[in-house]
Amino acid sequence: MTDFNVDTARSEYADAKRRTVISNHVFNGINFIILTFLVVVTLYPFWNTVALSFNDGLDSLRGGIKFRPRIFTWQNYKAVFATGAIFNAFRVSVMRTILQTVLNVFLTSMLAYSLSRKEYVLRRPLTAILVVSMYVSAGLIPGYFLIRNLGLLNKFSVYIVPNLIDVFNFILVRTYINTLPDSFIESARIDGAGEFRIFVRIIMPLIVPTIAMVALFVAVGAWNSWFDTYLFASGKVNLHSLQYVLMEFLQSSQNQSHSAADAGALAIAGAGGAGSMVTPVSIRAAITVVATVPILIVYPFMQKYFIVGIAVGGVKE
Amino acid sequence: MITGKNMYKKNRDISAGIINPKKTFWQKIMKQRQLVYMSLPLVVYVFIFKFVPLWGWTMAFQDYKPAKHLMQQKWVGLKWFVFLFKDREFLLALRNTVCMSVISTVLGYITAIIIALLLNELKHIGLKRIIQTVSYLPHFLSWVIVTGLVSSMFSVEDGTVNNILMSLGFMKSPVLWLSEPKYFWWIIGWTYVWKEVGWNTIVYLGAITAIDPSLYEAAEIDGAGRMQKMTHITLPGIRSTVIIMMIMSAGHILDANFEMPFFLQNGMIQDVAQTVDLYVLRYGFSSFNYALATAAGIFKNVVNIAFLLFANWIAKRSGEERLI
Repeated sequence: MTDFNVDTARSEYADAKRRTVISNHVFNGINFIILTFLVVVTLYPFWNTVALSFNDGLDSLRGGIKFRPRIFTWQNYKAVFATGAIFNAFRVSVMRTILQTVLNVFLTSMLAYSLSRKEYVLRRPLTAILVVSMYVSAGLIPGYFLIRNLGLLNKFSVYIVPNLIDVFNFILVRTYINTLPDSFIESARIDGAGEFRIFVRIIMPLIVPTIAMVALFVAVGAWNSWFDTYLFASGKVNLHSLQYVLMEFLQSSQNQSHSAADAGALAIAGAGGAGSMVTPVSIRAAITVVATVPILIVYPFMQKYFIVGIAVGGVKE
Repeated sequence: MITGKNMYKKNRDISAGIINPKKTFWQKIMKQRQLVYMSLPLVVYVFIFKFVPLWGWTMAFQDYKPAKHLMQQKWVGLKWFVFLFKDREFLLALRNTVCMSVISTVLGYITAIIIALLLNELKHIGLKRIIQTVSYLPHFLSWVIVTGLVSSMFSVEDGTVNNILMSLGFMKSPVLWLSEPKYFWWIIGWTYVWKEVGWNTIVYLGAITAIDPSLYEAAEIDGAGRMQKMTHITLPGIRSTVIIMMIMSAGHILDANFEMPFFLQNGMIQDVAQTVDLYVLRYGFSSFNYALATAAGIFKNVVNIAFLLFANWIAKRSGEERLI
C-alpha cells in the first residue's frame, strides 16, 4: 500500500483501457460476423431460387446453381404464364388481396372509431364481445359448416365475407384513436357533422400511419393465404389462388410421386411451346418468385410504418 | 320521499340542463344511433363468425350423421373423447404437436432475444437498418413458399445443406434430412427461427429503447463492460416483455406449425409429423368423422385456453407482469 507509484498506476490504467478497447473490437467483430451470417442465411435461399428460376431447366438438374444462372433463360417464366391456370390464379390473388384489404381496413377502423367514443353507451359490452372472440375458436369442422350453411362454398365471396373484421387490428387502431385529442371531434360535432362524416373526414386522415400498417398486415395475410382455398374453394379451378397452386405443385413434387409433378410440368412445358426445357424444379422456382415479388415490391414502402413494440402495447390494454 | 327543497333543486338542475330525468337508456341509444349503425352490425357479424359455430361443439357429444338435423342426433356423451385417448395416433399427434411447438417457441425466444441484444449493440445505424430490413423480410413470405425453400435447401439432390456439410468434410454422402424422424422437429424449429427471428426482435428492441439510459451511464462509471451491461441492465430491462410474450405463446401450446408437417409428411416420418391439426383435418375431411374431428378440435382449444390462463395465473402469483 505504501509504495504507490504514479507511473505504475498510470500504466495499469492504460493497460486496462487498452484491454477494454481490444475487447470492444473483438465484441464488435464477433457481433458483425453473427449478424452478417444472419443476413446471408436469410437471403441465400431466396437468391438461389431466383437464380434457378432464370436457369435452363435441364441444366439445373446437373446441380451447382448457387448465386447466378449458368444458362440464362426466360423459358421458365414463359412456361408458367403460358398456362392460363397460373395467370388466373395470379388474378384471383390480386383481386382478393385488394378487395379484402380495402374492406377490412375500412370496416375495422370504423368499428374502432365508434367503440373509441367514451360516451357511447354500448361501448363496453360490444368491446367485451370482440375481445373474448379473440380467444375463442370453434375449430375447423364447425367453421366449415358455418361457411357451408351461409352458402359460400366455391364462391369468390368466401375469400371476402369471413374476413371483414380483424379484432387484433381493431385494438391497434382503437388504441391509436384514443391518443388523438377529443377537441377535433368536438369541434366537428359542433359544426353539425355526423359520426360517419367525422370518421371519414377527420379521423381517417389522422390515423394514416396505423392504417398503413394494418393494411400491410391484412394484405400480406390475404396474399399468402391458401388454406381457405383448400377448404372452401378447391372444387372450383378458376377460384384457385396463387399460393394454392404453388402448394399443389409443391405437394405433388414432395410426396415422392414425381409423376404428378412431372405431369404438371409437362403440361406447362407443352403449353410453353415446342423444345422448351422446363422441369419441376425450375417451374417451382419460377412460381415461387412470382408469388413473392408483389410482397417485395410493397414491403419497402411500408417498412417505415412498423411501429416498434405496438403489438404488446395493444394487447395488454 | 322528495322534500320541497330537493324538488326545487331538481327542477333547477333540469332547467339548467345539468341532468335530464327523462333520458332513458333507449333515448341515449337513439341519440347515438349513428354510432350504433357503425358498430352494432359489425359486432353481430363477428358474433356470427366466432361464436355461432360454437354451437357445432355439440357434434362432439353425438353420433353425428350429416343427413339429420342437429337436434335429432343421438347423444353419446364423452364417447369420442374417450376414443381419442385410446387412439394411438391421436396420442402420437398430441406428443408431436407439443414437442414441435415447444421446440419452435423456445428456439424462437432464445434467438430473438440474442439477436435483439446484438442489434442493440450495433452502433452503425445504416448497417443496423439493412440487417433489420433483411431479417424482417421472411416474416412476410407465406409458409407455402418457405416450405418450398426448405425442401429445396435440404434436398438430397444438390441441396445446399448437404453441399456445405460435405464440402466442409462433416459427411461423406448426402443425408435425407426430410425423411429422418430425429431431425424433423428441429428442422421445423429452425425454419420457424429463420422466418420469424427478425420480426420477433421488434418487440424486444422496443422494450430495450424504453430502458433508462442513465442506468448504462451509471454502470459505465462503475466499470461495467459491454457483456456486463447486457446481462445486468438490458436483459432485466426487457424481462416483463419476455414474460408477456411467454404468456401469449402458452396459449398456443397446441398450435404447432400447420404447413410444414402438412407438406413435408411422408411415410418415413409419419410418426413424428402428425399433429393435432392434421388429425382433425384427416378425420374431418377425409374420413368424414365430423364428431371425432370436432372432439379433437375442442380438446385443442380448451387446452390452449387453459394453458393461457395457467401461465397468466403463475405470472400473477409470482408478482410478474401479466396479460389479463
